[in-house]
Amino acid sequence: MSETFIEILRRALDEELTRDPAVHLLGEDVAAGGAFGVTRGLAQKHGAQRVRNTPISEAAIAGLATGAALCGLRPVLEIMFIDFTTLSLDTLVNQAAKYRYMSGGQLAVPMVVRTQAGAAGGAAAQHSQSLEAWFVHVPGLVVVAPSSPAEAYGLLKSAIRLGDPVLFIEHKRLYTMKETIAEDAELPAIGRARIARTGEHVTLIAYSAMVAYAHQAAERLAAEGISVEIIDLRTLTPLDMTTIAASVTRTHRAIIAHEAVRNGGFGAEIAARIGEELFDELDAQVLRVACPFVPIPFAPELERALLPGADNIVRAIRTQLQQGGAPT
Amino acid sequence: MWYFECFPTPTINTVTPDIATQEASTRAQAAPSRDDLLRMLGTLWQIRTFEDEVQRLAAAGEVPGFPHLSTGQEAVAVGVCSQLARDDVLFTSHRGHGHVLAKGSDIESTFAEVLGRETGLCRGRGGSMHLVDAANGVLGATGVVAGNLSLAAGAAWAAQALGNSNISVVFFGDGATGAGAFHETLNLAALWKLPVLFVCENNGYAEFTSREEHSTVKFVRRFAEPYEMAAITVDGNDLLAVYAAAGKAIAGLRHGEGPYLLECMTFRVAGHFVGDAQRYRSKEELAAMREKDPIERLQQHLLQSGVTQDALDVAGEQARRTVLDAVQRARASAHPDPSGVLDGVYAAERLNTTNG
Repeated sequence: MSETFIEILRRALDEELTRDPAVHLLGEDVAAGGAFGVTRGLAQKHGAQRVRNTPISEAAIAGLATGAALCGLRPVLEIMFIDFTTLSLDTLVNQAAKYRYMSGGQLAVPMVVRTQAGAAGGAAAQHSQSLEAWFVHVPGLVVVAPSSPAEAYGLLKSAIRLGDPVLFIEHKRLYTMKETIAEDAELPAIGRARIARTGEHVTLIAYSAMVAYAHQAAERLAAEGISVEIIDLRTLTPLDMTTIAASVTRTHRAIIAHEAVRNGGFGAEIAARIGEELFDELDAQVLRVACPFVPIPFAPELERALLPGADNIVRAIRTQLQQGGAPT
Repeated sequence: MWYFECFPTPTINTVTPDIATQEASTRAQAAPSRDDLLRMLGTLWQIRTFEDEVQRLAAAGEVPGFPHLSTGQEAVAVGVCSQLARDDVLFTSHRGHGHVLAKGSDIESTFAEVLGRETGLCRGRGGSMHLVDAANGVLGATGVVAGNLSLAAGAAWAAQALGNSNISVVFFGDGATGAGAFHETLNLAALWKLPVLFVCENNGYAEFTSREEHSTVKFVRRFAEPYEMAAITVDGNDLLAVYAAAGKAIAGLRHGEGPYLLECMTFRVAGHFVGDAQRYRSKEELAAMREKDPIERLQQHLLQSGVTQDALDVAGEQARRTVLDAVQRARASAHPDPSGVLDGVYAAERLNTTNG
């Protein structure tokens, strides 16, 4: 049975609430289902104490989840939009991320912060951002960005069981995407990327909603005899350089695609790592596909004009293939 | 200083009734015995000596960073923490050495952490502003003003959700009331009836600026009113007053009466951090502050209640000796090995920084 991203998140949360009494959900409107309906029905099933509404207090509720995680709960906090994590940053950056290290290993923060990012449908500049680069910069945080419903199911469960604070970034454009999950699939390991499509000529590194565009681009180029390997990072921190290195060592080309703005984006870090660690393997410059350095506009035609998609990826791959001779 | 408006003359054992707002609990608390008071006097001296040693060694360049001392505020720490169980959890601020010691953490390990040693509570990874002693319920100090009020509420939520009788206590200064997190947390704690005791050490200064220049709200307990939270203001330099008020508040918390805000008016004798010359304070203010010394006041009370000067001297000397010996051992203890600096950022081995 195929389910939407939202339905699959709900199923994963429901199963984790059932499996482990320490798991508690909290956030604005979550008892009523949350702004996107992810938690619908869970308060009725698991009780209002375990699926708990909070005031609109992003600073306090991030701290509430962190303090509870120190004391035996496994909170799953929903911050409605990643744009609002700006209000939670003290707790996430200064406290949750550092507790394990700063306490010399005495304490840990087994907490998941589910949040939702990306541009779609005229959400405009304060509800559309892709801010993952801020969080990958903080040692102690784990950052996960699933690319599809089935991926989200396994990754959310793994994140809840991990034992360290995880920022779990859901892309709003994926919420209506449908997929069937294999019932007996093993849960994915946090910190491991996956090869989403095998190919020979170029390694295309993507995550979250860009993985779908990567597939579209790869299909189009396949018709021209260009074979694209797609790596779906799944976890941004810790970055799985092993998988990236193995692929780039075969293809000798790398392109990184993300929806976040190019300046200081996570693509810069990946490109630098490839440059530092795999320079001799490269037949061409590492390229990035990303959003220009502009806030997300409101009008649909402006939003469409700004966001990177399959066309941008195809162009980048063609540009790269013109460098350094024909792909081998 | 609003302290002097509130408590013009030194008082003993006075919970000033006209400034108590809502009394959640009317449970009678047993007054501390003479032995209890002597023990608490010893803890006051331990904290005083600990802070003096931090100051001395910081001046000598032996303490990394910039420690913040609680000298002069000892009665708040002891009056509250002496009534906590080991499983009750404690959060504190950047000025937290006294709270940690009053909760019963090992003096040597605490000092070793302030010195950044492998033998410290946090193996030298935390330092003065990030003391954690999980086994003793000390869940953490924070270097960010108002940074862990919400964590304390979260710990109280966990106790509520898990159905245990632990309470959560958080110490903060009056400067924290300028932060949004303070107000958000008070609202949430009241709304969910969380077993959390908010202890404000109102020392009249937020860093280098007086409270008068920070806020129109004279007493921090006033912030409890709109949230219908019980609150009281006491003379924080009067150990008996703090003890009585904290005892009442803690009894209420253990009986599910919801959060409590205990405001203790006190003085930050040693300035904001070690090295602060306190040029922003008048000589008169500094002199008046010393007259309110909490140790001296408790000793006067004990003398009046029949304890001999000799007994006081013995208690003081014993406490000082205990701390000085612990400090010596801490100073002689091992430094951390730099080869371990990358370890322990994440749980699983493969989630290490080297793979960042």
